[in-house]
Amino acid sequence: MTYLREYGPAALVLVAGLLAWEAVVYLFSIEFYLLPAPHVIVQSLRDTYPVLVEAGLYTFTEAVVGWALGCGGGILAAMAASRSPAFAGLVLPYAVASASVPIIALAPLAIVWFGVEQGSKIAIVVLMTFFPTFVSTLRGLLSVAPQSLELMESYAASEQQIFMKLRLPQSLPMMFTALRACATLAMIGAVVSEFFGGPVKSLGVYIKSTASLFQTRQAWSAILVACALGLLFYFAVALVERLVMPWHFERRER
Amino acid sequence: MGAPIIELADIAKTFESRAGATEALRAVSLTVEAGEFVSIIGPSGCGKSSLLRIVGNLVEPTSGVARVNGKSARQARLDRDYGIVFQTPVLYEWRTALDNVQLPLELAGRARGEREQRSRALLRLVGLDEFAGHHPWQLSGGMQQRVSIARALALNPSILLMDEPFGALDEMTRERLNQELLQVCAETAATVLFVTHSIAEAVFLSTRIVVMSPRPGRIERVVKVDLPRPRVNKTRALPRFFELVTEVRQSLREDSGVAEDLRSGGADSP
Repeated sequence: MTYLREYGPAALVLVAGLLAWEAVVYLFSIEFYLLPAPHVIVQSLRDTYPVLVEAGLYTFTEAVVGWALGCGGGILAAMAASRSPAFAGLVLPYAVASASVPIIALAPLAIVWFGVEQGSKIAIVVLMTFFPTFVSTLRGLLSVAPQSLELMESYAASEQQIFMKLRLPQSLPMMFTALRACATLAMIGAVVSEFFGGPVKSLGVYIKSTASLFQTRQAWSAILVACALGLLFYFAVALVERLVMPWHFERRER
Repeated sequence: MGAPIIELADIAKTFESRAGATEALRAVSLTVEAGEFVSIIGPSGCGKSSLLRIVGNLVEPTSGVARVNGKSARQARLDRDYGIVFQTPVLYEWRTALDNVQLPLELAGRARGEREQRSRALLRLVGLDEFAGHHPWQLSGGMQQRVSIARALALNPSILLMDEPFGALDEMTRERLNQELLQVCAETAATVLFVTHSIAEAVFLSTRIVVMSPRPGRIERVVKVDLPRPRVNKTRALPRFFELVTEVRQSLREDSGVAEDLRSGGADSP
């Protein structure tokens, strides 16, 4: 019941949007190669799904592996940097600045370095997800209330105990905010890197080649798959977040 | 009364900052014996919290010697000789009440079974056994502070350091917790060093009250509280209670400007 009340309106907006889309295509007699109606896309999805599943898995693997390596590396690097606040202060500005660097621009070079297959895409995703995770996790690890720390010191806690029992749990909300954002980034990074070159059995290349042949409905169905995988990835991370720190959500829901 | 538990000799503390040096404490000497309940009272900024932190070795004195349990304050901290209660409860929000009480036991490497048993007993002691599984935000301010007292008692410390623990609570909760604290102290036989800015609270709880001057903090006077024990609610109505409250207030007023500062803190007494 509560779910219906919470998500019902959003679902209605989706349905209304799809209907409006259909209506616009028919009212203005828009050619399908310009903008296919939703039902046409669904039809194409049904016709071509073996190809789409293969391409989807290929690209999704890049996103997930890149995300795991990039975020994992970011978390480990943040943990190491948190040991020395002086060092953290030294690298943090550069890590923050890297957020405004269009890492995707390196995609053609990545192909030169790591080949046209999955390696180059994974490399781009790693670069895209490493820095945001590093920055958020490091901030989480360092933003401990002085009194919380004083309590630990009053019990002569070791550095390791302070880390495991205070800094790490304290940093989880910020860490997961980054992990969720990076799940989205990873999917974008993987698909866009493929635009610069890759095997036919990848979503990016499929979208690019079908679009350039005006096979718009095939392109759209692949875009839909990319969207679905991105959402799936995001919600999977959000689910893990809930399982890892239930206290955080119970509190927010009150 | 027994052996000296806390010995402060000629303690001074100066904080250095960009704005310059601030002399917080000057020539403070004090001895607290086993089983005593000593309150430190004084105007805001008189260094009473710093003094407590020096005893707990959370702050180093600029000069002077602090000895606790016959050792250096640092050694006493490393031996986990004291439990501390801050003005705010400082509970970890990812831990339940029970797990928060367990924290010192975990840090001391106690076995799981012992931890669980001990923290349940402590929650019972502070009347919160039904709230063991609650997270901090599900508890009222008074309950949170009781959890923090239970946590301070976890390792059965010989000394309790309390830094205005009830300062943020309403008057009724404060009086009830004062009463409970005395019961807890009677059961655990802990020596207590208690910082407060409420005169009535200090008189009700203490065996001795240390009155401090405004910055730089010095010991203005030590008032011995000769009220009968156990202290109960009726104690607050005794003529002697009022006399002592007046005495403490007057010692505070001997320094000009202090009365102003304490009007809010002492408003609860006649």
